[in-house]
Amino acid sequence: MSRVMLEVKDLTTKYITRFQEDVYAVDHVSLKVEEGKTLGISGESGCGKSTLALSLMGYYFAPLHYMSGEIIIDGRNISGMDPDDVRKSILGTEISYIPQSAMNALNPTQKIIHFIEDVIQAHDPYQTKKEIDELATGCCDVLGLPAEVLQKYPVELSGGMKQRTVIAVSVILFPKVLIADEPTSALDVTSQKMVIKMLRNLMEKGYIKSMIFITHELPLLYNVTDDIMVMYAGQIVEKGTAKEAVFDPLHPYSKGLMGSIIVPEKGLRDVKLTAIPGVPPNLKKPPAGCQFAERCKFVRPECKAASVPLRDVGYGRAYRCILSEKELRDAYLREAKKDA
Amino acid sequence: MPDERKICLSGSGLTRVFGFGRQKTVAVDHVDFNFYEGELVSIVGESGSGKTTLAKMLLGLISITEGDIYFQGKKRDIRTHKKKKEYWKSVQAIFQDPYSSYNIFNKIDAVLLDCINMRGGRKLPYEKKVELMAEACSFVNLKFEELTNKYPFELSGGQMQRLMIARIFLLNPKILLADEPTSMIDACSRATILDMLMQLRKEIGMTVVFITHDIGLAYYVSDSVYIMEHGKFVESGSADEVILHPKEAYTQRLISDVPKIYEEWDLSTV
Repeated sequence: MSRVMLEVKDLTTKYITRFQEDVYAVDHVSLKVEEGKTLGISGESGCGKSTLALSLMGYYFAPLHYMSGEIIIDGRNISGMDPDDVRKSILGTEISYIPQSAMNALNPTQKIIHFIEDVIQAHDPYQTKKEIDELATGCCDVLGLPAEVLQKYPVELSGGMKQRTVIAVSVILFPKVLIADEPTSALDVTSQKMVIKMLRNLMEKGYIKSMIFITHELPLLYNVTDDIMVMYAGQIVEKGTAKEAVFDPLHPYSKGLMGSIIVPEKGLRDVKLTAIPGVPPNLKKPPAGCQFAERCKFVRPECKAASVPLRDVGYGRAYRCILSEKELRDAYLREAKKDA
Repeated sequence: MPDERKICLSGSGLTRVFGFGRQKTVAVDHVDFNFYEGELVSIVGESGSGKTTLAKMLLGLISITEGDIYFQGKKRDIRTHKKKKEYWKSVQAIFQDPYSSYNIFNKIDAVLLDCINMRGGRKLPYEKKVELMAEACSFVNLKFEELTNKYPFELSGGQMQRLMIARIFLLNPKILLADEPTSMIDACSRATILDMLMQLRKEIGMTVVFITHDIGLAYYVSDSVYIMEHGKFVESGSADEVILHPKEAYTQRLISDVPKIYEEWDLSTV
């Protein structure tokens, strides 16, 4: 078994709103990322994907608060550390983050090279300019960026280039875990492919050791990741390898998600996209039982009574439903027959 | 075959140039097209290929450098404000960013009331207007009673885009320009929005011009597809023809760049 880079045990974090209401955006999440692996996190907007990313980085600034659980990065427990300490000693070197909107992440008044200098000097003040220059040029080379980019201002770069520059800044300190939070959602397909290829390159060249990739685009997730985790209302509802999660989903919610995949392949026009009716629950007043019960086709009275635990089926596969594997598969078969 | 269908909107030699001298950019370069009545046309291209510029010209939001637009057989005339307003009764749009599509000072019922007034329902009694608005909201699965006292920014992105469709439902236009209507909302609500758009199209029989960079999406929704590269249409035809048997290298590249799930995704071609 290879080295575990990031392990999270029962992490719970909450937001406290202006009116002192608690919103549990990450609710008892456990995960494990091994060296050289990529974990994908999917789910609709507002399900807690980005909050999970922030929580993993120890970024607990109000209104986000740490409640319980453990975050262990390469054997080092960072849960409960002061956010300022986390920023100085963990961010960048241990865990690093690519934000969703790269367009706003760069300082418009600074050249790229000065930005990179700032980042490196904040962690190691004794590095010389020459060393930094070499490091930055090497990183740009891996990312397929021309070295002139370093001497430019962010406004002079195109969207795809800006995104790659942000990636360069994120990985310049060789982090153990890289969290990519929708890195391609603002890009068109060609730049998206480029960014994905560069992320793979970084992994191969050893700039990063493991990656967490967050997106709602399932075809992309399937192509990039080894394992997929589907979140709903702050909880994990399904865990499995990429293949299992896309072609053989167990939880009714992930089944619904897989029904909304659009790819330009033959036969797409004959399928009707299935949308999941309804809206996610209000997390200020979460339902007592299963969070998905309101929208589920196979809902039973027991679902709404008590909260549903994550059911482990072995080989890293898990799902959160009171129905057994066989019952669920039968239900899907019946559903498919009804449609036909 | 196309002779039987009536042309709804067409353009000949349509061009738009930004800047001049050394900074001259030809955003749309002598494009010709015929959109037929009741058809769903997709315009597909990368960012910067001129899709949105073309849409803005069709809407009359920016001026045309060269060429003509013909609307229902006649040359489009929007030289005065009054004529422009008349034109907008039959040509409407949904934009990419739902957050910036609304007037932030207007409540939602004001947004919908505007649409009713624009369609000539100004003199209707208030109860009738409320009934119309409730009908439009229920068409897009929103509850009108919950919305009346809210501002657009209190809704989620998907809800806002659905409200946009409710507007179109009330306005009942001949042509709808949908400029990346689903690119800012997540994959799950995307299916809902697309289904609603399709249903609406069936209901009022409008022509839809669907602008997107996602070729899979274009294939799913459209009857015919135009592929745009650097301001020019490089390939056009029915959706099956263009996407399953692409002839141009550019189209082939666009298709190969989309992540697939049943075929191998080749990363080496970038």
